[in-house]
Amino acid sequence: MADTTTLDQASCEQMTMETLRNFPEGRNIWTCIQCGLCAGTCPYGEHMDYPPRRIIGLLREGMLDEIYKSDSMLYCVACYACKAKCPRGIDLTGILLPLMKEQVLINHPELPAELQKALENMLRYGNPMGESPRKRAAWVKTSPVPVRILSEDPTPTDVLWFVECYTSFYPRGQENCRATAKIFNRLGTDFAILGNEEKCAGECGRLSWETGLFTTLMEYNMQIFAKYKFNRIVTSCTHAYDAFRYRYPVLGFAYELEHTTPYFARHLDKLKPLMTKKLNYKVTYHDSCCLSRHNGYYDGPRTILESLPGVKLVEMTHNHVNSICCGGGGGGMWLDTYYKTKGFERLSERRIKEAIATGADVLAVSCPYEISRFEDALKVVGGDNKMIVRDVAELIAEAIE
Amino acid sequence: MKILVILRMVPDVIEELEVASDGKSLDSEFLRLIINESDNHALEQALLLKERHGGTVTALALDGPEIDDVLFTALAKGVDRAVKITGVEKGLTTRRVASVLAQSLPAVANVLPADMILTGCQAIDDLDGQVAPLLTQALKLPYLGLVTKVNVNPPAARASVVREFSGGVRGEFDVPMPVVLGIQAAEKPPRYVPVAKVRAVMKSARIEAVAAPGAPQAPAVDIVEMKKPEAAGRAKMIEGSPEDVAAKICDILAERGLL
Repeated sequence: MADTTTLDQASCEQMTMETLRNFPEGRNIWTCIQCGLCAGTCPYGEHMDYPPRRIIGLLREGMLDEIYKSDSMLYCVACYACKAKCPRGIDLTGILLPLMKEQVLINHPELPAELQKALENMLRYGNPMGESPRKRAAWVKTSPVPVRILSEDPTPTDVLWFVECYTSFYPRGQENCRATAKIFNRLGTDFAILGNEEKCAGECGRLSWETGLFTTLMEYNMQIFAKYKFNRIVTSCTHAYDAFRYRYPVLGFAYELEHTTPYFARHLDKLKPLMTKKLNYKVTYHDSCCLSRHNGYYDGPRTILESLPGVKLVEMTHNHVNSICCGGGGGGMWLDTYYKTKGFERLSERRIKEAIATGADVLAVSCPYEISRFEDALKVVGGDNKMIVRDVAELIAEAIE
Repeated sequence: MKILVILRMVPDVIEELEVASDGKSLDSEFLRLIINESDNHALEQALLLKERHGGTVTALALDGPEIDDVLFTALAKGVDRAVKITGVEKGLTTRRVASVLAQSLPAVANVLPADMILTGCQAIDDLDGQVAPLLTQALKLPYLGLVTKVNVNPPAARASVVREFSGGVRGEFDVPMPVVLGIQAAEKPPRYVPVAKVRAVMKSARIEAVAAPGAPQAPAVDIVEMKKPEAAGRAKMIEGSPEDVAAKICDILAERGLL
C-alpha cells in the first residue's frame, strides 16, 4: 500500500511535476506502458475527454492545465476497475485519480451544484443529504429489537456498529438497519451504535475531490471512537469500510474491522438454523466496487444467498471483478443530474438492465448506495414490476421468522 | 476598490425552531446558526468584483457561535481581511443589529470609507430587508437593494447596478460610490472552497477582533411575543392503496376543474 501521509500532506499545495514525483504513485506513472486497459474498462471512459490512460499521458508531459480545464474527472466513479486491470499495478483509483480530482478542485473550483451541496452538507451536518444530525438515530425507534446507543449507555460492547448515512437517513435504507439489528439480536451479538454522535466516514469526500473534508471527518470520528470501549467495528457501508481500512490508519485506526455482509457470512453456521422461511426468489448479486473489486470479497454474499431457503442464485453477464459500478462512488452519487444533462445513460440503468436480463426477481446488494440507485434505475427503465432490490441483510432477516 | 462585506448569521432551519420559555425568543438549546444566504451571495459578488478590478475585500460580522468558521471560509475564498465585532449581546433585533454595526464600523481601522459596502438584501429573520437601509442611513450613503448585477467603473467612482422589481421587471441604476448594496443574488452561485484550503487558512490567517464601542442603545422596536404558526387543520389526508389514492386525487382535481 502506498504511503498515505505523503498524499495528505500534499493537499492544497500546487501540484507540479516535481511534487508529483514525490509520491510513490506519482513516480509509478512513469512505469505505465499506455496499454489502455484502464480506459477500456472505465465505465464512463467513452465519455471522457481524458480517460485514465490519457490522464497519465498528460501528466508525463506536464500538461496539468489540460486536465484542470476538462470535466473528465467528474466522470470517475471510483469503481476500482482501472486499478484492477492495470498490468503495472498503478493505484489509479486509490491514489492517482483522487489526487488529480483534488488538484482540479483547487485549480478550477467549479463544481456542479448538486455535488457542491453534498460536500457542504457532509462538512456541516455530517451527512451528504443535509439532514439534521440530531435525527441520525431516529430510525432506532422503528427497530424491531432494542438498539443500544453508546452516549446513553457507554458500557463496553463487543460490536460497535457504524451505521452510516444512507442507512440512517434514507427511508428505504433504514430497512437495512432494522434487518441488521434483528440479525445481531438473533445471533446474540453484543452490539451498540454511536447514534447522533456518528458522522459520515467521509470516503466519498476523499474520492470526490475533498481530502480536507475527509480529514476533518476522519479526525472527528477518531475522537468519538476513542471515547468508548469496543472489540470491533462492523459497518453497514462498504465505503466506510474502505475509509477505515485504507485511510483511517493514518490517524492510528487499528480496530478490528468488518462489513456487515462478511460478518454475517462468518456467522452463517449460527444463522442457518434460524433462516427457516422459504423465500422462493431467483436472486442475482451485484458485486459492490469497494467490497468486491477493491477488497477481493466475492464469495461470502453468494454463500449466504445460496443458504437462504428457496433461493436460486444466478449471475449477471458482468460479475465478480468485471462487475459494473452502480455509478454512486467517488461523488457520482451526487452527479446524476450532471450526467443526465450530458445526455448519457447512468451506470445504474446500464447495470439494472443486466440484472433484469437474468430473469431474477431480486437484485441483492451489499452497499447502502445501491438500494436507492437501483430502485430509481428500475423505475427509469420501467422494470419496477419485474424486480425488487434487497440488501443481503434484508434477505437474511426476511428468512428469519 | 475597497469593498466591505457584512455577513450575518441566521437560524439554520434544518433543526426545528422552538420558542424559548420567555415566550419571545428562539430556544437556543439545539439552535444552530448559519450564514445568511444572500450575505453569502454578497461575499461572492465582492470576490467577483475584486477579481475584475483588484483591490481589497474585508468581511465583517458580529461575534457569535460558528462565526470563526464563516470568516475563515471567507478568507479561504479570497477575502483579504476578516473582522468580528465582539461584546455584542445575543438575539438582537433588526434595528439593533444595524445600530451596533453603525457604531462599530468607525472603530475598525482602515475599513471606512469603503468604495462599496455589500450585504444581503434580506434574511430569514429580516424579511423586510431593513438592516442594510438602516445602516446606510446612519452612514449617510446611498442604498440600493434587491441587486442582481454590479458593474463598476473605478476611475469614475461610479457603479451600474441592476435591481429587481416584482413581476420580472428590472431597473438599471447608475450610482456614485461609495454606495451600500443589498445583494439578492450574485452573478454566479457562491463558489466552493476546498476544506483543505480553509484548514490551511485557520493555521496561517487571523481574524481581527474589535470590541463594539459604547453603551447599547435602547431598542426602538421590541419583540412582545413569539409564537409557532397555528395549524389550521384544513389538510385532508387521502388514505388507501396507491391506486385508490391516485383515483381520489384525480376525482378531486376533476371536481375543481383542474384536469
